[in-house]
Amino acid sequence: MDKSGKKDRRDFLFTASYTVGAIGIGATVWPFIDQMNPDSSVKALASTEVDLSQIQPGKAITVLWRGKPVFIKRRTSEEIAEAKKVNLEDLKHPEKDEDRVKKEEWLVMLGICTHLGCVPLSDKGDYNGWFCPCHGSHYDTSGRIRKGPAPTNMEVPKYEFVDNNTIKIG
Amino acid sequence: MSEHTYTPGSKFGKWFNDRLPLLTLGDHLMNYPTPKNLNYWWTFGGILTFCLITQIVTGLVLAMHYVAHADMAFDSVEHIMRNVNYGWLIRYIHANGASMFFLAVYIHIFRSLFYGSYKSPREVIWILGMLIYILMMATAFMGYVLPWGQMSFWGATVITNLFSAIPLVGDSIVTWLWGGYSVDNPTLTRFFSLHYLFPFIILGLVVLHIWALHVPGNNNPVGIDIKKPSKDTVPFHPYITIKDLFALLIFIIIFAGFIFFSPNILGHPDNYIPANPLITPTHIVPEWYLLPFYAILRSVPDKLGGVILLFGSLIILLALPWLDSGKVRSAVFRPIYRAFFWVLMIDVLALGYVGAMPAEGIYLFVARVGTAYYFAHFLIIMPFLSKVEKTDPLPLSISEPVLTGMPKPELMRDSSKLDNV
Repeated sequence: MDKSGKKDRRDFLFTASYTVGAIGIGATVWPFIDQMNPDSSVKALASTEVDLSQIQPGKAITVLWRGKPVFIKRRTSEEIAEAKKVNLEDLKHPEKDEDRVKKEEWLVMLGICTHLGCVPLSDKGDYNGWFCPCHGSHYDTSGRIRKGPAPTNMEVPKYEFVDNNTIKIG
Repeated sequence: MSEHTYTPGSKFGKWFNDRLPLLTLGDHLMNYPTPKNLNYWWTFGGILTFCLITQIVTGLVLAMHYVAHADMAFDSVEHIMRNVNYGWLIRYIHANGASMFFLAVYIHIFRSLFYGSYKSPREVIWILGMLIYILMMATAFMGYVLPWGQMSFWGATVITNLFSAIPLVGDSIVTWLWGGYSVDNPTLTRFFSLHYLFPFIILGLVVLHIWALHVPGNNNPVGIDIKKPSKDTVPFHPYITIKDLFALLIFIIIFAGFIFFSPNILGHPDNYIPANPLITPTHIVPEWYLLPFYAILRSVPDKLGGVILLFGSLIILLALPWLDSGKVRSAVFRPIYRAFFWVLMIDVLALGYVGAMPAEGIYLFVARVGTAYYFAHFLIIMPFLSKVEKTDPLPLSISEPVLTGMPKPELMRDSSKLDNV
């Protein structure tokens, strides 16, 4: 009885020591892992303002935001109509065109293929939108994935219209 | 190595050896009993050691001149090529050395597959070897990023994005790997740091790999267990050292051929264009030694599925000693396995070829068939064959077929084939 009592006490001490040790090691290791996350200077480059006044209908520009290309496309009425008439059931990642734009003339999205991060080429592919040369993903005029390995539509970043001719991304 | 009874000749040697038995280790390495029928496919272990040391020495020197910064990396590589004394030579040795390293490692791996060197009691040697191989791929990939050309940048983007396929935490992992929201300077500096570190981890694993080899001793072309030392063995030195050295010289001639006559043939011209995050090259291809895996990745129309198959194709290799439980090691005595071995070889080469081609039409079809066969080979054919295949009779010793003067006819045929391989 006495002996088994000692054993319990020892087990408790072992478990407590292991636990404290594990927490200590975890707390020590964390800074070494977290140092690889984006640093303050990278996070600080959060927003970019873009002047849209020079973009003609049907044309697009690419700007760099946080090291990533952002496509800003001034869509023609045909392109808008084409994007709108698509049946949502035909989409791999169903999203209405209205939900992807703030003003339907302007499509703003990250120019990054959601497959493995290449930059798709504009006015190419089977859906008159974008085509990714790396692994063959086709996007439509709303930047939605239609064919190929990419799992989702091209991402729409957080942005707002500062005035009619200027947007602020981020 | 406890059976050693070596005593140094000199008094100082004995004094030292009692305190640190380095001389015993040296004696073990010199007299290590080696099967006397080892063919030239067994010289690639030594060749690989040479490759690793070459990469470490040239890499050390390149690091003295290279600048790991997104704005300066590309120019510093050109600086090495144009200004640094013999910089062009050292860089070309390092760049082509990676390819030669992989050439040798692929021969070494296929040697093991043919002669069943992964089977009991050598499972741990095989697993250590596969870990070395996986680390080699990671090291080579990160090294390719360092010149910060277009292929560097977009190769890094595509490969790191593989991790974004992981559900829930994928994007956080990719951001963590990048140290930002895209491949950029933080990515380059950490790749440089790890590219410097990994070869030394590989070196450590190589020591374990050789240590694990010296416990059971070498497998051999007939794949039977032999007594050591015996009439079936020869001491490592001078018999194997001289044979390894001869093979190494031939290897170095080919290596030098690449360095001096076509140093860029294995690279991609797009990597002489500085990295540009706004333009993706029209056709991204990894280095040739990663192409079969790239083909497997692209053969699946689903992102997560492709990534799972890519990593799965490596992980199943770790389980190989248990997938193939047959007792007969050498394919010399396994007629059906031997046929499938060559199918696998053609399959991997075909995957490599389509991996370099656009993922469409016939190439995509071949990639899919090739991927299906790759997995079927290891997961279905090998386990099944190891249970049902009728193997040819094994000789009792390496010397037997020769010394008895009455070699088994089927053995003769197979042995002659072996020499021609």
